[in-house]
Amino acid sequence: MDLHRFWAMARKEWIQIRRDPRSMILAFALPPFLLLFFGYAITWDVEDIRLAVVDHDRTAASRKLVEAFASSGYFTVTEHVATVAEAEEDLVRTRVRGVLTIPVGYDRELRSGKGVPVQLLLDGADANTANIAQTYASAIMARHALGEVLGGRKPAQLLRLEPRTWYNPNLESRHMIVPGLIAVIMSIIAAMLTSLTIAREWERGTMEQLAATPVGRLEVILGKLLPYVGIGLFDVTMIVVAGIVFFGTPFNGSVLYLSVLTLLFLVGALGLGVFISAAVKSQRLATQVAMVATYLPALLLSGFLFDIASMPTFLQGITFLVPARYYVAVTRGIMLKGVGPSVLWLQAVFMIAYATLGLGLAVTFFKKELRA
Amino acid sequence: MAEATLPVRVRGLTRRFGDFTAVDAVTFDVRQGEIFGFLGPNGAGKTTTIKMLTGLLAPTSGEGWVAGFDIRRERPAIKRSIGYMSQRFSLYTDLTVDENVELFAGLYGVAGEHFRNRRAWILSMAGLQGAERRLTEALPLGWKQRLALGCAMIHEPPILFLDEPTSGVDPVARRRFWDLINEMAAAGTTVFVSTHYMEEAEYCHRLALMNRGRIIALDAPGALRRRVVEPVLRVRTDDAPRAMEALAPRPEVLDAAMFGRDLHVTVAEADAGAAVVRTVLEAAGRRVLDVHVIEASLEDVFVSLVRAQGGAVVG
Repeated sequence: MDLHRFWAMARKEWIQIRRDPRSMILAFALPPFLLLFFGYAITWDVEDIRLAVVDHDRTAASRKLVEAFASSGYFTVTEHVATVAEAEEDLVRTRVRGVLTIPVGYDRELRSGKGVPVQLLLDGADANTANIAQTYASAIMARHALGEVLGGRKPAQLLRLEPRTWYNPNLESRHMIVPGLIAVIMSIIAAMLTSLTIAREWERGTMEQLAATPVGRLEVILGKLLPYVGIGLFDVTMIVVAGIVFFGTPFNGSVLYLSVLTLLFLVGALGLGVFISAAVKSQRLATQVAMVATYLPALLLSGFLFDIASMPTFLQGITFLVPARYYVAVTRGIMLKGVGPSVLWLQAVFMIAYATLGLGLAVTFFKKELRA
Repeated sequence: MAEATLPVRVRGLTRRFGDFTAVDAVTFDVRQGEIFGFLGPNGAGKTTTIKMLTGLLAPTSGEGWVAGFDIRRERPAIKRSIGYMSQRFSLYTDLTVDENVELFAGLYGVAGEHFRNRRAWILSMAGLQGAERRLTEALPLGWKQRLALGCAMIHEPPILFLDEPTSGVDPVARRRFWDLINEMAAAGTTVFVSTHYMEEAEYCHRLALMNRGRIIALDAPGALRRRVVEPVLRVRTDDAPRAMEALAPRPEVLDAAMFGRDLHVTVAEADAGAAVVRTVLEAAGRRVLDVHVIEASLEDVFVSLVRAQGGAVVG
């Protein structure tokens, strides 16, 4: 490893990136775009569920029940219709997510203390929203029923559950999304950026000239990686700052620890891109392979969208091969929980292994090709 | 001369790609300070040989030493001792002239005062002063080739390998390029060059003629020309293509080729051959302006040698 040669490679690569519009867009325009795109598009928070009401009773009591739903903050009553058939039409056309039907004699039955069924129809096409809506509705009904029975008196409670949610007190899914997004975005960007770098040299014939100089494999690979590592660190910083500014994402942990683990992640992901590039030797194919190998696993199997613990065992096994999995845990752990090495050491170990593997594959495959 | 000090020594060098033998047991030496040429058609094995000598390709069998280093085991040392210009222009076209020079200086470990001197030398040698900040892709091909030569020479290597360095370059730029090669050889650099341009081959001190992976002759260009045993007639007529059509099928005519408006006709014996040519052409209704025995060109030599070995020219 000769520093002159390493530095000459790094400098050359950086100049090439600067002059290549495609690389510049990938490096500096795509990350903020993806952050804003995903950040605003993805949310699991269910609020303002649109509700149609069919009030057959039309009494003060029935209106009070509707009001209990409307004032909860979780439901918005958008339609008052006369018949269930009309309400079903709304449900079919997804104008509403649910239909609340209050039967004739609601007020009377309530007063008589016999108990009265109130129907809530839910649109199961979106199971997640339907599920949450049902939970909200049950809670509203329970509280409302208690109020009706007690007639305004405060209930004396023997047992009371007092839930507190740590790290994300308001359960805002965006706070989970932004740290996870860093991992997904950087997985894509890193592999896409470097997937071109070796293949381009083969296609343009510059690799032959390079191979005739005394420059070694390690010098070529590390020299090429250096500017991309710099770009990656810049991108992560940009996304973290944008997350804090635009989405109010908390940052509770250590900047230093995040930087070190980010560096490890980048070396692995960039190395993977170089490996793909060296293995397929064509820019077009390299980009496609890089996309498939990083984007889908990072999105689906990293724990970013779906909880890994709820996956089938077989898929859980596969997630161990997805580097973004460790990085998602790292960014969430550091930014939301403020945890450090004592908690994330296992992730760190996996990421060191991954970085070593990425770099190792890149150097090994590059060697073969250089001498062919 | 001690053999170890020869710039290039090759013994039975062979390279196969599957069933195809690209280079077939070639043996030769290159002497200090000479311009050594590889002449042959495309596919003759010139590039494959150069790639083995420059450490880019492993030989299948045989031995070779470049600058005293073994081409199988001492590739890094060879790469430090040689300059190499590949067949295809292979500098970075998205870098400027200066950036390319700096890159190769970095790769060959040329720094400081030495670098400034070499950079100045390259720019003046290649006539690129004033173009330092231009993108390489915007330069005319002839300039690019001179820049590539300069970059290959940045570390002042004792041996220079040039693989068809002037293909696609216009004749004026090609002439200028060869002036540079001559200067370098005069200054003591050993130049190993491949070409398929016959007129370029004339600039070489010694020439290896390659066909189908083998060296079919190796000598100075003048000596090679004298080797053609059959006389070559320059035939001038009113219509060269038709004259060639008439002559080619005749058994007395060993070879007929067009050179501009003339025909070069190889025959077994000069006087009888000339008589046959005149008779045949007049019978075909051509007007014969002149039939003259000439010194064979390198192309005649090549064709004659290939024919003597009973093989066809590849490519």
